[in-house]
Amino acid sequence: MPKREDIHKILVIGSGPIIIGQAAEFDYSGTQACLALKEEGYEVVLVNSNPATIMTDKEIADQVYIEPLTKEFVSQILRKELPDAILPTIGGQIGLNLAMELANSGILEELHIELLGTKLSAIDQAEDRELFKNLMQKLHEPIPESTIAHNYDEAKAFVDEIGFPVIVRPAFTMGGTGGGIAKNADQLATIVENGLNLSPVTQCLIERSIAGYKEIEFEVMRDAADNAMVVCNMENFDPVGVHTGDSVVFAPVQTLTDKEVQMLRDASLKIIRALKIEGGCNVQLALDPISFKYYIIEVNPRVSRSSALASKATGYPIAKMAAKIAVGLTLDEIKNPITDATYAEFEPMLDYVVAKIPRFPFDKFENGDRTLGTQMKATGEVMAIGRTAEEALLKAVRGLEVGAVHLWRQEDADFTDQELSDKIITPNDMRLFAIAEAFRRGYTIAEISELSGINEFFLDKILHIIELEDQLKANVDDDDLLKIAKENGFADVTIAKFWHESADDIRDHRKATGIVPVYKMVDTCAGEFESTTPYFYSTYETETESVRSDRESILVLGSGPIRIGQGVEFDYATVHSVKAIQKAGYEAIIMNSNPETVSTDFSISDKLYFEPLTIEDVLNVIDLEQPKGVIVQFGGQTAINLAAPLAAHGVKILGTSLDDLDAAEDRDRFDEIIKELKIPQPVGGTATDKAGALTIGNKIGYPVLVRPSYVLGGRAMEIVHSEAELANYIDRAVSVSNDHPVLVDQYLVGTECEVDAITDGKTVVIPGIMEHIERAGVHSGDSMAVYPPQDFSDDVKAQIEDYTIKLAHALHCIGIMNIQFIVHNSQVYVIEVNPRASRTVPFLSKVTGVAMAQVATQAILGKDLSALGFGTGILPVRPGVHVKAPVFSFSKLNAVDSMLGPEMKSTGEVMGSDATLEKALYKAFEASHTHLPAFGTALFTVADNDKAEAVALAKRFREVGYQIVATAGTAKAMEEAGIAVTAIAKLGENGENAILDAIADQKLQLVVNTTSADRATTSDGYLIRQTAIMHGVPLMTSLDTANAIASVLESRAFTTTAL
Amino acid sequence: MKRYLILEDGSVFAGEGFGAESVTTGEIVFNTGMSGYQETITDQSYNGQIITFTYPLIGNAGINRDDYESINPTAKGVVVKNLARVTGNWRAQMSLDEFLKRKHIPGISGIDTRALTKRLRSVGTMKASIVDAADAHAFDQLKALVLPKNQVQQVATTQAYPAPGTGRNVAVVDFGLKHSILRELAKRNCNLTILPPTITAAEILDLNPDGVMLTNGPGDPKDVPDALDMIRGIEGKIPLFGICLGHQLFALANGADTFKMKFGHRGFNHPVREIATGRIDFTSQNHGYAVDPDSIDPDQLLVTHVEINDHTVEGLRHRLYPAFSVQFHPDAAPGPHDADHLFDEFMEMMDAFNNREGKELTHA
Repeated sequence: MPKREDIHKILVIGSGPIIIGQAAEFDYSGTQACLALKEEGYEVVLVNSNPATIMTDKEIADQVYIEPLTKEFVSQILRKELPDAILPTIGGQIGLNLAMELANSGILEELHIELLGTKLSAIDQAEDRELFKNLMQKLHEPIPESTIAHNYDEAKAFVDEIGFPVIVRPAFTMGGTGGGIAKNADQLATIVENGLNLSPVTQCLIERSIAGYKEIEFEVMRDAADNAMVVCNMENFDPVGVHTGDSVVFAPVQTLTDKEVQMLRDASLKIIRALKIEGGCNVQLALDPISFKYYIIEVNPRVSRSSALASKATGYPIAKMAAKIAVGLTLDEIKNPITDATYAEFEPMLDYVVAKIPRFPFDKFENGDRTLGTQMKATGEVMAIGRTAEEALLKAVRGLEVGAVHLWRQEDADFTDQELSDKIITPNDMRLFAIAEAFRRGYTIAEISELSGINEFFLDKILHIIELEDQLKANVDDDDLLKIAKENGFADVTIAKFWHESADDIRDHRKATGIVPVYKMVDTCAGEFESTTPYFYSTYETETESVRSDRESILVLGSGPIRIGQGVEFDYATVHSVKAIQKAGYEAIIMNSNPETVSTDFSISDKLYFEPLTIEDVLNVIDLEQPKGVIVQFGGQTAINLAAPLAAHGVKILGTSLDDLDAAEDRDRFDEIIKELKIPQPVGGTATDKAGALTIGNKIGYPVLVRPSYVLGGRAMEIVHSEAELANYIDRAVSVSNDHPVLVDQYLVGTECEVDAITDGKTVVIPGIMEHIERAGVHSGDSMAVYPPQDFSDDVKAQIEDYTIKLAHALHCIGIMNIQFIVHNSQVYVIEVNPRASRTVPFLSKVTGVAMAQVATQAILGKDLSALGFGTGILPVRPGVHVKAPVFSFSKLNAVDSMLGPEMKSTGEVMGSDATLEKALYKAFEASHTHLPAFGTALFTVADNDKAEAVALAKRFREVGYQIVATAGTAKAMEEAGIAVTAIAKLGENGENAILDAIADQKLQLVVNTTSADRATTSDGYLIRQTAIMHGVPLMTSLDTANAIASVLESRAFTTTAL
Repeated sequence: MKRYLILEDGSVFAGEGFGAESVTTGEIVFNTGMSGYQETITDQSYNGQIITFTYPLIGNAGINRDDYESINPTAKGVVVKNLARVTGNWRAQMSLDEFLKRKHIPGISGIDTRALTKRLRSVGTMKASIVDAADAHAFDQLKALVLPKNQVQQVATTQAYPAPGTGRNVAVVDFGLKHSILRELAKRNCNLTILPPTITAAEILDLNPDGVMLTNGPGDPKDVPDALDMIRGIEGKIPLFGICLGHQLFALANGADTFKMKFGHRGFNHPVREIATGRIDFTSQNHGYAVDPDSIDPDQLLVTHVEINDHTVEGLRHRLYPAFSVQFHPDAAPGPHDADHLFDEFMEMMDAFNNREGKELTHA
């Protein structure tokens, strides 16, 4: 069927900010879809609130709106743009939910706008539990016995019938938010109540737990002609019970006979046909490990995280095909872009095995609940491709960047047997490592299978790895064994440890004896047809398929798995760097390990190596490709950390030299430079032991800001207020050593701001200054940032400009850099210099119109910025006000404190732009789902030294029509200031929990909570914050954020003044 | 045990032996299916062939009692990248290694099967051997090997036997049949009589079946010339359904020609379009020969199905008689069930023809 000619203009809905359960995969799918629609000649209008995405680049769509993904704003866009259709299936659950909301509001009917891809009825059937159940019954597809509960009593009645354990799934929430497995009545009550609160329709599905079944996923596609096919199937290493986003996953399925594969394929195709989806669909199934019995777990009538993974695992671009199908094309008339010899109507066949391992945020949230269940907790994932399962698994492990290059961690080795068994019984983020340790201690496959429910086939792969460890230890310098170890994914550094040699010794020896990796192509067809896909992975076999081209090439290192502190922003910069390299006439080669991203779309670069980002893996690619140099500035800390070892191996680092990178990051060298430049900075020092730290702290005076050097996203950074706290921090948070010194700095109260600067060594371009709303102490990644700064004097701006230029020159920066400042009493201090792209690059690029990563890449490649029309200094301010606001995923993570501080906690960002600050702020709050009604009740419970400010704030809330509730101390301060306030008992006073009840009952519309380091308030505050998060009540832990939202309310309200 | 896979073109691949320890020679082919190695290895169409699996992890689900496509497979060897040490499926009764030992089929693992596949793709299928030493002698032996032409005879039944049912009476002419064909017919309650490939038209007509199934089988269809007379003698008189080799024989019997493909279709992701409806099915395939589309007499045969990528003739229907055939396996096993409706069409064809002929249906 040819494409539709009756529609011309299509609105694509993006997925908004990155949160757990909805990450970079939707930038990948959205970008693909927009480009595919444009390729077919349609006018594409895109709306997304997330500026840190490639899809919101001007080139991706004809009209790009970075606006809140709410019914109000999107309706306005619809009225303005009058599109013929909406493609709702590539923006994740957010996109789908928004499309439903729009449809239900009647605007689509009114404006004659059609939903493409998946009809409203199909969305309903897949998402509404009751309708889904009915459909499955009609299709004779089994689902676990279940009921819809609208309250606890209904849930309890059902469980009385079928018994525990049961799974609770709230309706219409993403990533399984709020769900869980209940094994008794208490757990049931907690989970159901939480789930009902989170469900926008106040429904929970209660169903029989099928934990322990094999969890299988099918990615299927269908077109309007009813052609349907499977793109990829996958099998979870972790049995049913762990959210698939949190599971280790292998593709294709491993332990199924063809009979089982076909049975589940039949079921999946039957479902996509019944739902009449035109596009992609994800079907999750549970298969009994000891019979043919299976259940359908879930159907996602849209592209998903799994479809992104499937696309990268097979090479088959699901989102692109889904977009083409949505406009009427059929699978048998679209060419398979991989082979060009076959059509899109082609079920990919893999001749390799793919392993995916989720990346969890528990390195940042050490107190977080690491138990895995039906609620997703991972922020990102790595994928690795190998020709053995062991190889794929170990490559993925070293791509994870959790401080392990192998399935070994000291922590696990220190566990008692009982602790280790517990780590295997209860699914958690490090179970894989615990299993490896158990095999080292002689546990058998049968025992571990019994403890974990994990299939013996998978466990044997880990056992094999441990057996190889023993063989390596027993046979030092055995070449045959070396080859076997490499075929099974062992890193040089792992082998080196067993052989008491250095990784370089192993590498040199390997190269001398010809044990070097080959690079094989991902071609969708297992080698049956000739392909030219520039998509490769390494393995240790006989034939390499990647051929070095005649063109000079540049290697760009990506940023690996998405984690807190290193998000999609870095992928954005990486992709832009590639574009600039190509424009400059070089071949652009990308290495990355993250399947969710745009950078690992093989059509982005000239060559993609899907590989872990470790020194060994990068050097191997360099051995083959012999690039002119490597660009490390855009891949975050992952890439920057590789600069030194690469340079040590004689690799040319392009842009800022290694020595200068070091000068910026090494505290002592940096101090010297900054002193020489006479740039003020907070007083501080570096300590390599506890005594040293205390000496510095006592000299500066408290409070001080303390953190380990070489940090990422403010990891383990704290403000401490006394010597005792500092000592405690050193004992608790970091292991100080000569290799890992600790930085102790004076803590200045003032306005933080930051700049990104681009320089070629001569010209220093400063696209703009971003002013932070929250005062110093809140990590810059968690602060709201405003462009342009609203109340900086010309003098302050001049200081910022001056220091930036001086630092760029002194550090001999070539490329991009980020500088954080604090403005304290009109004096600008430098806090930190990062000689690389920061997370503000996409935001600032968008608001200033300077494609910063591209310009920086040109500078890195030797282009004069002056020749590009740039001069030194801050660029003229552009019209409008733009606010970048952080978005958090606290509701997905148990036991993680939502109090903001120097440690970064946000997972994503949104942007709000308008003519005034208040309007821009309003949009930013709306986009980050912090919605405040025009009137309501606000709870204040603040630390003593915040009381004066809180009083002023409360007054403003009173003026716009809010009632104030406060805890005793805060209430007293307010009363004294003449503010009408209702006191509410503190927690624990006579067993009181009135506050928590008020939050839970939605009697409060806003919670303002600050704490001092005092532990009692902290734990009370903690409960209040958790309760607010759980019930979706807006929570402000910084008075600055609260001030901002007060301004928004004021700007939206009329003043009412009595005579 | 270190062993070698050597190819006619001089290539040597070193690997680890498993299964039987004997030296083996045969025609080497590759199969792209990611599951169903048990069905594939026991498929008699692989008679005399050394099967390379492009999916690298083989043996993961072991061997079970249900999924045999024949009891005594006659493939000559199995080539894999990585053989599972432990199986992960509840039905597994023994490992692939154990099974191949019992069936006297050698296997070799640790092979760069992708490099091998690419070689076969560019050069075409060729003779190969799994040996203990890749020396000149081994290559001489390999060169001297003449591939057999009596493959159907080797694998098909020599005696007729029944597979009773209570429905339509179907005569199945066995050229090396896959059990899945019998399963599909049995599922439809057919009363089956399985006949040797040497059966004549007269003998079949004496049995007076409602329909005749021409099965799959190994080798070159031109090596089974007697079957052509049999087909010509029954078509028009009894409804006919041919699968794979049966399809090629049906084509040859009606004046078309067949040719040897460079590396064949072996796998189950081949999209096939039914020309009349536009419907596309993913089909299970295993054929090294195909019908030459230019040789088809349009007055005799109608092309009903084509592979959408390389346009291979995948299905034929007789212009005048109730007879049709497909190159692929609607019986799947391994592979998708997309095309199993063709068995229903066969049932309908028998009913329609026999009603017209006024025959009393046994199942009625």
